[in-house]
Amino acid sequence: MKSEKVLPPEVLSVRDLHIRFQLGREKRSALFRRGAKRELHAVRGINISIRQGETFSIVGESGCGKSTIARALAGLYVPSAGSIKFAWQAEDGNVGRVQNGTQMIFQDPYASLNPRWRIGRSLAEPLVLSKKVGSTRQARNYCGQLLEQVGLAAHDLDKFPHEFSGGQRQRISIARALATQPGFLICDEPTSALDVSVQAQVLNLMRRLQQEHGLTYFFISHNMAVISHISDRVGVMYLGRIVEQGTVEEIFSRPAHPYTRLLIAAIPQFDNPSTEREPIVGEAPNPMSPPPGCAFAARCRFAQPLCQQTMPPVHALSEEHQLECHFPAAVAAA
Amino acid sequence: MQTASETLLDVRDLSIEFLHRKGNLQAIHHLSLTMQPGEVLGMVGESGAGKSLTGAAISGLLQEPGRIKQGEIWFQGQRIDNLNDNARRQLRGKAISCIFQDPLTSLNPVLTIGQQLTETIRTHLPLTAAEASERAINLLTEVGMSSPAQRMHQYPHQLSGGMRQRVVIALALCVDPQLVIADEPTTALDVSVQAQVLRVLKRLCQQHGTAVMLITHDMGVVAEVCSRVAVLYAGRIVEMGPVAEVIRSPKHPYTRGLINSIPSMRERHAFLAQIDGTMPRLNTLPDGCAFHPRCPNVTEHCQRQQPDMQFKHLSQIACFNPYGETP
Repeated sequence: MKSEKVLPPEVLSVRDLHIRFQLGREKRSALFRRGAKRELHAVRGINISIRQGETFSIVGESGCGKSTIARALAGLYVPSAGSIKFAWQAEDGNVGRVQNGTQMIFQDPYASLNPRWRIGRSLAEPLVLSKKVGSTRQARNYCGQLLEQVGLAAHDLDKFPHEFSGGQRQRISIARALATQPGFLICDEPTSALDVSVQAQVLNLMRRLQQEHGLTYFFISHNMAVISHISDRVGVMYLGRIVEQGTVEEIFSRPAHPYTRLLIAAIPQFDNPSTEREPIVGEAPNPMSPPPGCAFAARCRFAQPLCQQTMPPVHALSEEHQLECHFPAAVAAA
Repeated sequence: MQTASETLLDVRDLSIEFLHRKGNLQAIHHLSLTMQPGEVLGMVGESGAGKSLTGAAISGLLQEPGRIKQGEIWFQGQRIDNLNDNARRQLRGKAISCIFQDPLTSLNPVLTIGQQLTETIRTHLPLTAAEASERAINLLTEVGMSSPAQRMHQYPHQLSGGMRQRVVIALALCVDPQLVIADEPTTALDVSVQAQVLRVLKRLCQQHGTAVMLITHDMGVVAEVCSRVAVLYAGRIVEMGPVAEVIRSPKHPYTRGLINSIPSMRERHAFLAQIDGTMPRLNTLPDGCAFHPRCPNVTEHCQRQQPDMQFKHLSQIACFNPYGETP
């Protein structure tokens, strides 16, 4: 999906976002000396701008901070530094009231629905909480329509979650997220727990709803193929930083960061199996003690001493395509 | 037909059922397959298709209330499904070993890596402690662990997920089994680590001449590692053949639907091809072919009769109306 001429308005702007978690103290080193404070720097200064009606995705391995960003956007974490600003927020930017405009879809459809509530009650809950209706009963017709939108039937309102399969439950989660008619959906690995055939159904549903309602998606996944399918723009995350971002074409056809390249190459593709590929060696560093320089330097075959010492600068390769690397020319030449 | 001496594993007409007070539920229906020594066979299918259950039956880890209803399992010319627990246990670990999805739960948290490896080696082989320890260190080197001698004294919690799965692979291969049943060995790992672990598994099995039954839901993993693949649907093999043939020109409508529904990084479309509906539950299996309610090629015949496995080119397909050669 290309929008060449008039860009839609920006709905979300994240500037230099940092999120730190305090994790108590280390062991005492001496009887009267308290241990040093331990801190996990989960998100280390990221900038994102998301426009109306597009799908912006974050891809990365476990522990890179994808879900932390998602939860911060939903208002569940308060930024340690930097700002998260939605278009509909007042100038003073009260974080607590963001929820009406955003909703979230979670990974595990078994854990995200209350097993003791009928589906109707789960669907009406966001409406009751936002005082759009007085009771579950008043919202019954509307909730029935919501279920029909996601491919279930209105009479399913009286069922319990255990009566549904994983894919159906994920449809219910999507219906619940749409109940308050948000413009912005935060989807945290919405298809990771599903089988591929069900994943296809859910991805198609999300695409159709986006076209019908003009929704904006913030989509998180570790599955590169899903990301390449659903996204308009992609950010590749590594240890709390977005090391490369750009349009889906730029990221998948012209990946510029060594990590993005290896990540794409590492995926076993059923339609393009290769026996000779370069595996990524080693594992991501511990986020408790991120290295002073480029976080990927330890695993990068282009790394020079400089990479380990200083943070890499941001290069703009095109209007959308940005990359954090000391030696982009060396990588591009390889 | 292969002669019995060449065939490593021969599963004949295996049916598995679960005992249930409202009537027994049959989970595997008349499943037959053979594996040759050193072969890597992929078993793919969606959750509940019966992949893991088949693996459990072969390794002798089928638990109550599941039981083999009928059929035979032959391993190296010996019938193994009717052996007693003790004989099964001796076979398992020595001739057939298993790798499971979650490396943390397959390792003992209170024993060091070295203790676990040497214990397994000495249970099955007549070696001294020093010889077993040397063998263990060699294995850890083979699976790509750095400083293996130090790793021997570490506990599972001190290792990362990828390293733990390497230890599990070392454990599975430590007495040179003929068959490894790997049940979703890389599903819990990140893609970059998955590639490393798959590579280790594939290389080691080639070196040792070990056959692998790789149970997975990931077609990409199958394409990368396996030589043959069996596609399961609702407890039956619906298509089985060489990986290249099954993936390039799937003939069963389910296999084709499954492959088309995988997002591809090479071609992007607005919508994915989807198979509507879900796999039937065990208690509501339709008559005839279990796939017929979701099948685009369905005819009246499919609703009444279960198709048998038939050879078509190099693959076997259970379908009355399969697709032709080209997709």
